[in-house]
Amino acid sequence: MKFFLNGEEREVNVDADTPLLWFIRDTLEMTGTKFGCGMGLCGACTVHLNGQAVRSCITPVSAVEGQQITTIEGLSDGESLHPVQSAWVKHNVPQCGYCQPGQIMSASALLAGNSNPSDDDIDVAMAGNVCRCGTYPRIKAAIKTAATELAYEAKTGGVSNG
Amino acid sequence: MRKLIDVEDNKRMRPAKGKTGESMKHESAAKQVAGTAVYVDDMPELPNTLHVAVGGSQYAHAFIKSMDLSAVEKAPGVVKIITVKDVPGHTDIGPVFPGDPVLVESECEYIGQPIFAIAAETHEQAKAAVGLAQIQYKELEPTLTVDKAMKDQFFVRPTHSHQRGDADKALSDSEHVISADFYVKGQEHFYLEGQISTVVPTEDGGMDVFTSSQHPTEVQKLVAEVLDISINKVNVEVRRMGGGFGGKETQAAPLACIASLLAHHTKRPVKYRMSRGDDMIMTGKRHAFQNDYKVGFNEQGLIQGAVINVAGQCGNSPDLSDAIVDRAMFHSDNAYYLNNATITGYRCKTHTVSATAYRGFGGPQGVITAELMMDDIARHLGEDPLTIRKRNLYGVKHDSMRLEDGSIDPRNETHYGQTVEQEVLPELISQLEESSEYWKRREEIKQFNANSAFLKKGLALTPVKFGISFTVQFLNQAGALVHVYTDGSIQVNHGGTEMGQGLYVKVAQVVANEFQVDLDTIQVTATRTDKVSNTSPTAASSGSDLNGMAARDACLRIKAGMIKYAAELHGTSEDKIRFESNHVVAVKADGEEVWTPFAEFTQNAYMARVPLFSSGHYQTPKIHYDRNTGKGRPFYYFANGASVSEVIVDTLTGEYKVTRVDILQDVGASLNPAIDIGQIEGAYIQGMGWLTTEDLVWSDNGRLLSNGPATYKIPAVGDTPIDFRVKLMEQLPNKEETIYRSKAVGEPPFMLGISAWSALRDAVSSMAEYKFSPPMNAPATPECVLNAVNETRKHIANS
Repeated sequence: MKFFLNGEEREVNVDADTPLLWFIRDTLEMTGTKFGCGMGLCGACTVHLNGQAVRSCITPVSAVEGQQITTIEGLSDGESLHPVQSAWVKHNVPQCGYCQPGQIMSASALLAGNSNPSDDDIDVAMAGNVCRCGTYPRIKAAIKTAATELAYEAKTGGVSNG
Repeated sequence: MRKLIDVEDNKRMRPAKGKTGESMKHESAAKQVAGTAVYVDDMPELPNTLHVAVGGSQYAHAFIKSMDLSAVEKAPGVVKIITVKDVPGHTDIGPVFPGDPVLVESECEYIGQPIFAIAAETHEQAKAAVGLAQIQYKELEPTLTVDKAMKDQFFVRPTHSHQRGDADKALSDSEHVISADFYVKGQEHFYLEGQISTVVPTEDGGMDVFTSSQHPTEVQKLVAEVLDISINKVNVEVRRMGGGFGGKETQAAPLACIASLLAHHTKRPVKYRMSRGDDMIMTGKRHAFQNDYKVGFNEQGLIQGAVINVAGQCGNSPDLSDAIVDRAMFHSDNAYYLNNATITGYRCKTHTVSATAYRGFGGPQGVITAELMMDDIARHLGEDPLTIRKRNLYGVKHDSMRLEDGSIDPRNETHYGQTVEQEVLPELISQLEESSEYWKRREEIKQFNANSAFLKKGLALTPVKFGISFTVQFLNQAGALVHVYTDGSIQVNHGGTEMGQGLYVKVAQVVANEFQVDLDTIQVTATRTDKVSNTSPTAASSGSDLNGMAARDACLRIKAGMIKYAAELHGTSEDKIRFESNHVVAVKADGEEVWTPFAEFTQNAYMARVPLFSSGHYQTPKIHYDRNTGKGRPFYYFANGASVSEVIVDTLTGEYKVTRVDILQDVGASLNPAIDIGQIEGAYIQGMGWLTTEDLVWSDNGRLLSNGPATYKIPAVGDTPIDFRVKLMEQLPNKEETIYRSKAVGEPPFMLGISAWSALRDAVSSMAEYKFSPPMNAPATPECVLNAVNETRKHIANS
């Protein structure tokens, strides 16, 4: 059984019912995706499944066979940060930082499908990602900045100086 | 001779970047957003690492009659089982007082209390094996409520009182006397990174411990004690925590101890990561409190005297409860002069998991009682609660309030004898009143409520005055270690831990400031007990106050040697040497200035055999407290703030929304405004969560039912106030000599969330023309608000 992780084909050598989170963290030793609750209720383990935000702790590896999975490590091109990540730094979002990879994966999935989200859109899309440090005001601000940046990139193919 | 590194420093001929006062990024920000910041669970596992699961008591109060672990032993992957009999050293790991067995011997005192621990090849195997234990219990009657503990006088520590003047006489002399009681539940920390420790046995019979702990020194000591080895054989490292909030002050140590015991027996690395459910059931939370007050006041609402009782639900052991209930007592006045006061704190024992430190450390449960009292006085007199609050503030003098000798009462002494020296709140509240347009909105809200049958708006301004210092004096010290290397780069290490609050970047900014070098030349390294020893927990909001000062002391010591050397080199006096713009500047006798790039200077100093590293130490001055008399100056200073919350309540369902919040916070001269504002925003939201959605529910036999995120609701993004305005009080440096005149920020703004609770009460009270104070315990869940609505309707019907 195989799937694509951050664009690379990966052979799955664990039980089919193993949660994707543990395959990513323990087998592939990619630890950017975090374990928070193990019940799909906190969002720390969020990854993209074909571009949609899903909770990897309750997604068995069998469910992603042949699919595209993106983790926080694969979000950027490896050189510069993804605009959502840059906006997170710009707005000083992370405090303890533990939930932030998951927040960023949910935010980037939101922006991929909605280039100009309203406050309500953000509340709905980000509802499953909790942050105990309470960084929500900055998360909201950063999503809006990232939306502007992504729109600029889409229009010009370049990066704004904002 | 070894060649020194080539330095190229000309481009740094400009003011240093990232000194204190600038909004520099959290030092881990780039790594945190890239997923490369390493938490304990992310560290590569050593080969042969074993994984832990712990079997806990199934009863709140019971004796273990018999225990058969043979099936556990035979389970796949199980390598070692330990009970208390396998502990070579101390079996009690209570942090201050005994009462916390590392593993229970016979008497179980809460559901989930650890009885045995197993190490297995995998986490799944360990979890699976735990359930195979056969334990027979003899059930005993549990005590599960504060009420029962108070009735039975069942306490973990003796009762303690503060007394000022004659409260009973003041009450009997007062024109008005009212009273109420109030119950506020505890709070689960819900740090997103659960409790975890990884330990590796060393060749010296010691243990290397990697833990998510706010108190590495205590972990070190307790691991040494349970293993019966000397402290110097244990090293503890904490790089960062994925949230602490007080929950990792004492509660991280049991994991490190159990993992160390298993590592000791197996000679293998051991990792103990709790599942979320275990974490919520087996580790302590904020104390629930059952409080009551009786207050006497005059026609203006000025308090003449108060009797306040605060009874904390401490759970099964003392843990930190003595100091926590003390802090609730210290903060039962919040910002108000009580004049004659008797404050009594009870430490109730219950057969529930031992309650522990949580941001505010008992302070919030005291403060909310004072705010309850303010609202009730206002409703009783038909005044706006803000008017009553302002009149009662410390330092606000009233002609009618006189001392026995006829002079005007300065109204600035607390019930524990400390004088409130920096009277910040009158001005702070006045600014916030104006910027939030409190009075204009109050009128608009009254209009709205008069014309709205079921939706009611509420508004409240509540202040916070929070005492800064550990109330245990010896903890108010810190150490740091600073190294300057020959390329001009600097490494700083200190006893504080990073849990997201930005301590590392603040301390780095202090070092950058001292040497006037760019922040990017400073590296803060993981907190380790072998770098700085005998440290205090990173708690009580003290992190930057203590460790910033210790780091500064280390810098000053290094600088003293550098200055002496530079003065000799340039034939000038030491006062003519200064650090500026990434350079060391010497002003020679003839007035000529010699600018040497910092890196080049450090090389020269090294070649001249000048020491380029130093430790530093700090102890907070002025503080003292005599617990026997309940008098003293436990706090170096107070941090202040106030918030205005507006809410809208559906009185048919009890559902509500926090629509707007304005905050003004006193952080002295901020070390880093971006970090400070982030702390304030987050603290408000966490405080609001405690008082609104976070509902700890226990079964009648003492089992925690709200044991996961499905049943325990911390605020989510949609709970954020719709309009949220946070500002720092400007131009108000701390009058005490704290690190660059800053003030602590970690805990104080947590209590700003109280204005949301008070605004909910205000909205309900509007139904009775603000003449009735509806009873409303916390958290004010929609059910609780609906009850308050129903009580208010009953009151209207009966009057």
